[in-house]
Amino acid sequence: MTSFKYPEYPEAKLLQLESMVPCREAQVSSLLSVFGERQHFSFPALFIYGHTSSGKTYVMQTLLKTLELPHVFVNCAECFTSRLLLEEILRQLQCLSIKEEDPSFVSCDTFNDFIRLFKKATLTPDLQNQTIYVVLDNAEQLRELEGNILPGFLRLQELTERNVTVVLLSEIVWELLRPNTGCLEPLPLYFPDYSIGHLQKILSHDHPPEYSFDFYAAYINILLGVFYPVCRNLKELQHLAALNFSKYCEPVVQGEANERDTRRLWKNIESHLKKAMQTVYLREISSSQWERLQQDNEESGQVKGLSAYAHVELPYYSKFLLIAAYLASYNPTRTDKRFFVKHHGKIRKVNFQKKHEKTSNHLLGPKPFPLDRLLAILYSIVDSRIPPTANIFSQVSEILICLEC
Amino acid sequence: MSTCSVSKGCFVFKPNSNKRKRSSAADYFSKGNDDLDNSELRLDTCLLLWKQIKYETEQLQEDLNKNLFDNLIRFLRQSHLNFKEKKTEWACRMKSSEIPTAAVVLGVNVTDHELTIKSLSGVLQDDVTPFVVSLKSKECPGIKQLLQKVMIQLMGCDVDVDSSDEEEYPKTSPRRVCCSVASLTNWYRNVTKYDLQKTDTESPCKKRTFSSRHWETPPVIIIFKDMESFTTKVLQDFIIMSSHCIREFPLVLIFGIATSPMVIHKLLPHSVSSSLCIELFQCHSSKEHLTKVIDKLLLTSQFPFKISEKVLQVLINIFLYHDFSVHNFVKGFQLSLLEHFYSHPLSVLCCELQESEKRVKLLSHSQFENIRRLPSFRRFVESQVAEKQAALLTDDECLKETTQTLLKDLCSYHENYFPILRCLHAFTSSLPKYPLGKQIRELYCACLEKRVWERDEYESAIQLVRMLAKDELVAILEKCVEILISSSAKCLRKPLEKLEEYVDLLRNLEEASDDQKKSISSLEELQKKTDLYHLQKTLLEMKESRRTKKLTKFEMLRFEIVEFIDGLVRNYLAPAEMQTLHEVMYFSAANTLREHLNATPRAALHTALNNPYFYLKVGNKSETIGLWPHL
Repeated sequence: MTSFKYPEYPEAKLLQLESMVPCREAQVSSLLSVFGERQHFSFPALFIYGHTSSGKTYVMQTLLKTLELPHVFVNCAECFTSRLLLEEILRQLQCLSIKEEDPSFVSCDTFNDFIRLFKKATLTPDLQNQTIYVVLDNAEQLRELEGNILPGFLRLQELTERNVTVVLLSEIVWELLRPNTGCLEPLPLYFPDYSIGHLQKILSHDHPPEYSFDFYAAYINILLGVFYPVCRNLKELQHLAALNFSKYCEPVVQGEANERDTRRLWKNIESHLKKAMQTVYLREISSSQWERLQQDNEESGQVKGLSAYAHVELPYYSKFLLIAAYLASYNPTRTDKRFFVKHHGKIRKVNFQKKHEKTSNHLLGPKPFPLDRLLAILYSIVDSRIPPTANIFSQVSEILICLEC
Repeated sequence: MSTCSVSKGCFVFKPNSNKRKRSSAADYFSKGNDDLDNSELRLDTCLLLWKQIKYETEQLQEDLNKNLFDNLIRFLRQSHLNFKEKKTEWACRMKSSEIPTAAVVLGVNVTDHELTIKSLSGVLQDDVTPFVVSLKSKECPGIKQLLQKVMIQLMGCDVDVDSSDEEEYPKTSPRRVCCSVASLTNWYRNVTKYDLQKTDTESPCKKRTFSSRHWETPPVIIIFKDMESFTTKVLQDFIIMSSHCIREFPLVLIFGIATSPMVIHKLLPHSVSSSLCIELFQCHSSKEHLTKVIDKLLLTSQFPFKISEKVLQVLINIFLYHDFSVHNFVKGFQLSLLEHFYSHPLSVLCCELQESEKRVKLLSHSQFENIRRLPSFRRFVESQVAEKQAALLTDDECLKETTQTLLKDLCSYHENYFPILRCLHAFTSSLPKYPLGKQIRELYCACLEKRVWERDEYESAIQLVRMLAKDELVAILEKCVEILISSSAKCLRKPLEKLEEYVDLLRNLEEASDDQKKSISSLEELQKKTDLYHLQKTLLEMKESRRTKKLTKFEMLRFEIVEFIDGLVRNYLAPAEMQTLHEVMYFSAANTLREHLNATPRAALHTALNNPYFYLKVGNKSETIGLWPHL
């Protein structure tokens, strides 16, 4: 018996839907209530927000696909200009209306054109008596586009006089996205983070066919015990689970333990997972390297992580130029004489210096300095005489270019 | 008055190109001097030599890169192994799809990367896939430009290839196609599908997009030449976009990194770098590369052209102190080659021995005068007997013969010089604190500068060699034997035999046991005595005996070996400046080189204002003096 009670949709579909969206039943049912029946006009705009990998895109996609609602799904991250975004929507819309794979290309530059073309594309009776859903994933990218795009989408229903609902999916709250000039407020819907129980349920839901559910659930339990404190990203956890599962199965495959021997399995996997946390999770070594390591049963010490190569060797003068630049940016000018001149006379004991000593120069950040000062410091910190050659000056400019980037 | 306004001045020269004809290198060489100086021949020799040198350096580069490229190709092969297979397997489904990424650490000098990356993309295009795109940060300030570049390079290559059968495959100009990852994916699907159909229907010889060497599903490789200089946003956007469609679009990224691979994590946040599957590849270090280049170009008698200590020092200093660029080093070497052949009339003799002997016969009188003017030749003349001196200075025929023998001497000097130098390096490179330098180039500089055996460092090095242990000595001697065997010099046969003999002797050396026995027995005696007087006496005796202790057989042999090596060094490693006619082969104008490669702006300004003729080279000094404003 399904927990969704919507007589307008076939029971089987709803059941199927329920099985596909574990831990998101509440959100799905509120979405379904908002959508209403197929031919009903719905809210002009919905705003769904929640953290990374809280199932926004997945739930939306599954819902629309399972119930076979006409929809357009666009990822705004892929469309860096409004033109690309609008054309992509129109293309998908054409696919909907004429049920053809490769529709003719439409060019659309402005939102005005878009409205016109949108109306034209939705003329078919099939589309006219159902709500069309336009889903914009990564809606925070819309801020980068022209100012009229977001308000336009929010009022798409009104502008096109069609039964259309725009669904915005975003990781940020509406307050950050709302344009200054005001607009039609969308209906916000929050997707909360998965709790550890949810994660456990979802992760163990999709177990490998050759092992039992319980066996995999026990594995997920151990995995979450190690990784949950640092990572709650479902995708990442899924990836890590898949990567390390073969190692977990090893004793079972080799016949040293059976599937119920949890303690033994735990002993086998725990240190391994911890190592994975320090390396693969931080992308110190790549997952393919990790898999190879597992297969060869080697110590991971042989593959050094990326941070093991932090050492950079620089030409002699470049090294000293950088040191001089560092000194020039963190030391106040008045101390130069004291530090870099050999016979600078006596150091006067000044009392007021003590007051300022409390704020470290490092907290204040680097300060600008003239080029001459940099070179003067360079000449004094390098033992041998440096010829003031063009190469040195060109190095200064090259380093500047490097730092700008 | 500050000079800054002058230095920032801007001079406009209107080009009157219609009047001036482009002068070739040959014109430059022959300008001002008649063919008495064989300028054309010099140019030809120079170009021929440069061709050989260039070939040699390129070969070296190729060898060095080979390892890296092989590793990269292996990585590419693995990266999209299961692209074609259906992704129904559980593990495949669960794992997030990462973009395979190769981080190639190329060393701090960015200009040197260009060559490596060029050859890399060549290799990839030949063996792996036709779809190789290389991007420079300057060309891609935004994601739009980046995608545009990618599309142009990808589709451009496609359009080019298919130009013969256009009617089959409608050409889509990249301007009309909107630049998005989706259209890239579409394009890829079309291209591969098209290719599959083609292979089914047509004969394989017409198949051109994918030659047989390319892989079945050719990956699309995008090379970011200078990863550090790309803006974070562009990289992030691109990675996020393409990670969505990685399953339909077998993309591989290659990052060219100058500093350290840590920079990837600095540039990209975790959410982005987590969609990359980064593997690290290390290029050979540029210092190693330099050592190899010096080994190939300088430490060989293959090329007659040599550079003096000062010039070598200038080149090495620029490398070590300024740029770490092997490319620049080779360019500097080329410059000195050109300068030598351009400025020195006698450089015509700087070629293979047989050829130079032939050329000596054809020299003009003025060239012989040039030879007489050489300082090294004068020294040589002074050392001769009076009649010979007169003959050398007046008779061209006599000089001709002498020159031929002198050239022969010089040639054999070089033949012996380098093997012995390498042998000496084998000894000194393993000593503690490296008194004569760790690298052979340091040793070479030291030997070029003055008599190496007069140096204090040499003295201390020899001292240290005298203390080497037996197995170390054997290893070094074996290395020396190898070096001498591989050299072709005839004079070195004897030393080679001698060295082999030493190795045998050392191997078969039975430690003279009587010495040890004696000391042991005395120790036993010592333990027996309890009387203080006797104890003192024996201790004194032992001390005495230790002072005048007879050397063991090994120590004797070691002394002998060191003497022998020292003899070799004195015999063969005399500095080149002592050799007669060394000016023919050695380029020594370090100042000219420094002026060109490592100029000081202030000094140049000074010269320019003092003596404009120096730079403008119009008229002579007296002519221009009136025209110049008084400063």
